[in-house]
Amino acid sequence: MNDKIEIKERLRLLTVIREEALLRQRDIYPREEKVDTWPNLLVKELIALLIFTIVLVVWSLVQDAPLEELANPGLTPKEAKAPWYFVGLQELLVYFDPWIAGVVFPTIILVGLALIPYLDPDPIKGVGRYAIGKRKFATFCFIFGFTMWFALVAVGQYFRGPGWNFYLPWESWDSPKEVEVALTNFPLVAGIAFLACYYILGLGIPAVTFQNFFWRLGLIRYHITMILLMTMMLVPVKILLRQVFHIRYIVQTPWFNI
Amino acid sequence: MNIFIQMWRSLFRTGVTDSPVHRVFRVVVNFSLHLHPARVSKNGIKTTYTFCLGGLNVLFFVMTAITGGLLMIYYTPDVDKAYANMLDLENVIPFGTFLRNLHRVSAHAMVIAVSLHMLRVFLTASYKSPREFNWVIGVGLLLMTFLLSFTGYLLPWDQLSYWAVTVGTTMAENTPIVGAKGPFSVLGPEEDMRFILLGGTSIDQPTLIRFYFAHCVGLPGALVGLMALHFWRVRKAGGISRPL
Repeated sequence: MNDKIEIKERLRLLTVIREEALLRQRDIYPREEKVDTWPNLLVKELIALLIFTIVLVVWSLVQDAPLEELANPGLTPKEAKAPWYFVGLQELLVYFDPWIAGVVFPTIILVGLALIPYLDPDPIKGVGRYAIGKRKFATFCFIFGFTMWFALVAVGQYFRGPGWNFYLPWESWDSPKEVEVALTNFPLVAGIAFLACYYILGLGIPAVTFQNFFWRLGLIRYHITMILLMTMMLVPVKILLRQVFHIRYIVQTPWFNI
Repeated sequence: MNIFIQMWRSLFRTGVTDSPVHRVFRVVVNFSLHLHPARVSKNGIKTTYTFCLGGLNVLFFVMTAITGGLLMIYYTPDVDKAYANMLDLENVIPFGTFLRNLHRVSAHAMVIAVSLHMLRVFLTASYKSPREFNWVIGVGLLLMTFLLSFTGYLLPWDQLSYWAVTVGTTMAENTPIVGAKGPFSVLGPEEDMRFILLGGTSIDQPTLIRFYFAHCVGLPGALVGLMALHFWRVRKAGGISRPL
């Protein structure tokens, strides 16, 4: 017992280095195998360049860019679609008012994407490899959003015809669609309660169930992350409410509807 | 014969000798190759790691820039002429259709490749320190790519472009507070977001010239600037990410 105390006293603190500073250092000056850029990387780049130049040339030989009649503000076409990469947002117009689908969601998507590096609490896990199993939550969130974006694009692009009605790709657009079932709205109080519960439970339950996760992220990170996640999840929730329960708005006020 | 050797040497300073020093020298003294470090990590150049997506985006961008420049020669941003220019491209100008197709196809390829590049960077956790801000710049590049594609959509001035842009800009009208039809709107239809975007209350000549400027000068300029920053920061972070 006495020996140990003596040893302790002989130790002196020389310096303190923050863990992330060490990691940063290791990242910038890695001790690992390197090869010459010329020819190892440049040959690959040249091959990729040649292959994809050919792909572009062949693609533009077999598919002509569309050109319709001269623009005519007086003649609305049967289906007015946004460019394909924005069709997902247009598809959301079925479920949300334009201010949400066209303005709020794109803004949240961009801000959310930009925040990713600052919301991820772990500085090294999975860096430099496809270690999806090690970052299950992060990967789930990203893949879910990524897939949903392109799924909405696909539905909007291939399954929507005149009047934005649902048509299978091989179905004729001339076949009339039955009038849509009457939609109802939540009463105002119930709607506000539903939304409040949705966010409070969505933020509360994981905080209690996964306390490690909660503390690892910290208060601010946790709330931003979960609010973004729950807002993303509002899209499938709203699709479900509309398609299964025929509910148009969760909250309806004279000023705005959600 | 010496004069030709002298010319060749003045262009490509390093000759054809293959030695470690020459390999390094060749990359360092070359203007376009100096974007790369002289030596790269072995992990980073695996095709199955990056799938060449970042580099392919550069290729697609350069392709749209070259074809776009050529298209500018045959195009007038005037509502009375734009559509006729399109018909000329299709029927009169040699390889006009091919030029337009190549421009369109490269732009589509770029939208796809930018998305996949973002997916790749996410899955390999490459946004983590010290590359956080480079990811943010990447999000900026994604936005620029979408906006470039969108502004280009109007230029042919046919039904397709007119109504697609109508759909897109109607969204601006519904912006909360600053859109005329949005919730808590404070601005009328002649001063709101949509008006600023279109240069009027409907898509017309002012809109075409705005979109033309944004498509040919404003957005490509911003994109090139962000690209330069993006590449610079990749280099300053010690090259692309690798297992720690």
